[in-house]
Amino acid sequence: MNLEDYSWIVLLLPLAAAAVITLFTQRHGKLSAQISIAAVATSFLLSLFLLITLRETSHAISAINWLAIGNLKVEIGLHLDHLSLLMLLIVTGVGGAIHVYSWGYMQADRCVSRYFASLSLFTFSMLGIVLANNFVMMFIFWELVGVSSYLLIGFWYEKASAADAAKKAFITNRLGDFGFLLGIILIWATLGSVEFDALKTTLAAHPAALGSMAGVAGLLIFCGCMGKSAQFPLHVWLPDAMEGPTPVSALIHAATMVAAGVYMLCRVFFLYEATPAWPECLAFLNGITALNIISWIGGFTALLAALIAVQQNDIKRILAYSTLSQLGSMVMAVGLAAPGAGMFHLTTHAFFKALLFLGAGSVIHALHHAQDIWKMGGLKKKMPVTFWTFLVGTLALCGVPPFSGFYSKDAILAAAADPVHGNVGLFILAVLVAALTTFYMFRLIFVAFLGPVKDHAVDHALESPGIMIWPLRLLAVPSVLAGFWGLEQFIGGAFGETAHALSWHEEIFAPLNHSPLAALFGLFATMVGLGAAWQLYAKAVKDPLPEKLGLLARAMRNRFYFDEIYRVLIAITHELLSRLANWFDRWIVAGLMVRGTHGTTELFGRALRLAQTGNLQTYAFLFAAGVVLVLWFVLGR
Amino acid sequence: MNVGLEHYLLVSAALFSLGLLGVIMRRNLLVIYMSLELMLNAANLALVAFSRFNNNLDGQVMVFFIITVAAAEVSVGLALIVALYRKRASAHVEDLTTMKL
Repeated sequence: MNLEDYSWIVLLLPLAAAAVITLFTQRHGKLSAQISIAAVATSFLLSLFLLITLRETSHAISAINWLAIGNLKVEIGLHLDHLSLLMLLIVTGVGGAIHVYSWGYMQADRCVSRYFASLSLFTFSMLGIVLANNFVMMFIFWELVGVSSYLLIGFWYEKASAADAAKKAFITNRLGDFGFLLGIILIWATLGSVEFDALKTTLAAHPAALGSMAGVAGLLIFCGCMGKSAQFPLHVWLPDAMEGPTPVSALIHAATMVAAGVYMLCRVFFLYEATPAWPECLAFLNGITALNIISWIGGFTALLAALIAVQQNDIKRILAYSTLSQLGSMVMAVGLAAPGAGMFHLTTHAFFKALLFLGAGSVIHALHHAQDIWKMGGLKKKMPVTFWTFLVGTLALCGVPPFSGFYSKDAILAAAADPVHGNVGLFILAVLVAALTTFYMFRLIFVAFLGPVKDHAVDHALESPGIMIWPLRLLAVPSVLAGFWGLEQFIGGAFGETAHALSWHEEIFAPLNHSPLAALFGLFATMVGLGAAWQLYAKAVKDPLPEKLGLLARAMRNRFYFDEIYRVLIAITHELLSRLANWFDRWIVAGLMVRGTHGTTELFGRALRLAQTGNLQTYAFLFAAGVVLVLWFVLGR
Repeated sequence: MNVGLEHYLLVSAALFSLGLLGVIMRRNLLVIYMSLELMLNAANLALVAFSRFNNNLDGQVMVFFIITVAAAEVSVGLALIVALYRKRASAHVEDLTTMKL
């Protein structure tokens, strides 16, 4: 057995756990949880082992042929390189912490087994995306992730809002996936392969191999990312997905699933290095590349979500919009030709956002499912561990040095300030987003954890049990340290950058040496945000912003009316389409085709009936006439 | 005058046409029936003529068969007409229109 073949075990263990739970241990919640946790923990240890042993080799592949039709060859193959090894660790590591936490959080629920089966299925699908070595396999797992997220968001399906949110997430994702599938087919049609390595080699040898379809292919593939990573205009599903249990929000909507889109972009980044070109009908796009569009979509999503987050009051929704905003930053980084920075931020974000969500879950658990931050306050004294870990997550998210977020955010800012690929507009946008991030996160901290007590439910709040606290502590460690572990260099290895090893104390100050402008602007933004939040919310009992900003605040609170706009738009298109279909059915199908057939038949029948006189001699005459006709036809002509 | 094949055939055709005309035009069933026999015999005449002029007896053998079958057919047909007449008290085709829907 080769070393890389162990990755099969990593992949299949969670699937086995899901199967065992569904088939055998439905009635034993505790056993199901143990199976699920054991599977993901084993996967984690194996991934760690693989990471350590395969770190030096650039990549390894272990594959079996799955199907071959004509010149379409599809393998089920596992691709191990720096990128996928790192993602493996995130998925199984953060996922593992969340599995453990879930056991504490979900204990009281009746359907724990179903929950853990879905969770294991999700882990399996996510690992499949990470390890896939070709587009088709990635797409299969991509859809599996969609299904398992549907199951998890709609876990409390008795609740109408949860069921709706699950449907919304699934359908919105499908929209993006449709573009993704088209992109895959386009790439296969033009390059004749779906395998990442083969494609990469082809494109490296002939950068113009995609011809005029390069830009379109890039954008279609990006559609997949748009759905999974919730980029504008498909961002609407992510906040609603918070209807699921909080650990699910942490797992899916912070650490893994939404990261899949960014990961995929990094995985196929070679596509975007092809010579940019547009087909004739899109000639107006000449001069800008697919990457430019991607970066602006990412930047716009980041700003939009950050603005919305400022006026949300539900603790999970704030985090959801913050996730959206951070995902926008990552996509922007990829669009700025710095996939390494995007991936770096993805990694650190996975740690601290999972931490934040689990912290929020701990609060919600303690307050018996109250989620409005204006009904909290003073939780610092009641729940010290939750508070301190939450604060660590917040500081990391806001990019306060030396927390991990500072380094990854700085990498993105540096990418935006880069003289070759960078863009001043996007740099300003990113700085603005950083300031807003700090503002809304500290608004949350001040209102929910510090500040005056606003509701008597807080008086009865107790710190959560150990099984929920320990994952928080565990996640807090990488949230602090991930910035100077050498992650950036490690990821850089996947994109062929030359790694220059720095010692950890050099790395702490690396951003300042590398791009002092970006680092200083980032720090400045953080301080502005923090100052503003302190000014407005340190002692606030109710939100002062609506009075000051008026209409704008209302628009922010209502998520800029995107859901409403979509509802109206969909209603209109739906109405139009159904009217069209109705017209078509009524006139073409029922009118022309059904009635037409019946009418012609009847007409002919009526006409022929005239010939049936019942008179023998008429028949004899017609018969004779027929014979004469035939004779003339055969002989006479 | 030398009688050739074409003369026989002309007679045969004339007989056949007369028979057909009778079948189509006449109203009495019995007369129609006789016209039918006329057509059969026109065919017989043509067969015999061909047989004679081709020095091949097959046609004449065929004619014997036709005469035999025709005799049988006449008996059945007449029986039917008699039965019909008893039932309808008429042997005119205008009265026999039950085949019309």
